[in-house]
Amino acid sequence: MSRLIRMDATGHSTLAEWTAQDEPAFEAAVREFRAQLDVGYIGVLDQGKGKAEQIRELPRDAGLVIMRRPIAGG
Amino acid sequence: MTPEVAAPAGPPALAELAQVPWRRRTDQRYLDRYARIWSFWTLLYALPFPAAAVVLVALEPLTIPVALACLAHGWVIPELYAYRGASVLRPKGARNEHAEPVAQGFLGDLLSHEARALHRETGLALERSGLGVWLVGEAGALLLPPGGRRVHCFCVRATEPGLPPSDRIAHLLLALRTDEGGFATVANHAFCGAPWRVRRRLPVAMRPGLDAARAAARPPRR
Repeated sequence: MSRLIRMDATGHSTLAEWTAQDEPAFEAAVREFRAQLDVGYIGVLDQGKGKAEQIRELPRDAGLVIMRRPIAGG
Repeated sequence: MTPEVAAPAGPPALAELAQVPWRRRTDQRYLDRYARIWSFWTLLYALPFPAAAVVLVALEPLTIPVALACLAHGWVIPELYAYRGASVLRPKGARNEHAEPVAQGFLGDLLSHEARALHRETGLALERSGLGVWLVGEAGALLLPPGGRRVHCFCVRATEPGLPPSDRIAHLLLALRTDEGGFATVANHAFCGAPWRVRRRLPVAMRPGLDAARAAARPPRR
């Protein structure tokens, strides 16, 4: 089961869940992913071992996709 | 000098680099140069005070009180810089205690077993990367280049207010993992110097975090 989550004031919120075979669930996840990008979130795919990838399209076979806010120098 | 383009061709670039197009991208060479300039600058503003104290006493022993004030200045100013460096790791902002356990669990999933235990103890996340060992806090990060003899302090934060502390760390950690050089470019350099100068200005609970980062940055003993 793939998951799209957003880091927010609640700790994190699960926005969508899908499997590679479940087309309607994946399409709903893609819509949610794009909606989050539109309001300024950044999509990240954590690849483990100290690597992460910023993504602009939701991969169908992703395990966990995380939406984060931009960072800035303090 | 014309600033270099922030994002290189090839490696992944952090989206936030677009906010700071005038900054030269941070790499090992840049950090080494920055450290040399910082050391030179520290000597430049600290040494004149003890020198003035010596000259004053040599010319007129009655000026000892003024000479002592000069020595105090020469000691306090570098200390203030070190305090500024340590301050990047101090807890800041709302604690959001009801959401923190959830955020802590999520951050724990991103960390190795060793780093998770260190975070539980100190509130800091240790991350090994290409430029050295990072120690990530809620609103800043320390970088210890290989050898662990120097520390770079960076002030950087997630822009969303109200995030629980562990989510703020997770934001920084994910940005760091995406593009380490970009992360260091976006962050503001607050201090560069010897780790012991920063350590004694850190909250006591955080000091084991810096010790662990120094140990991780040192070359393994044969």
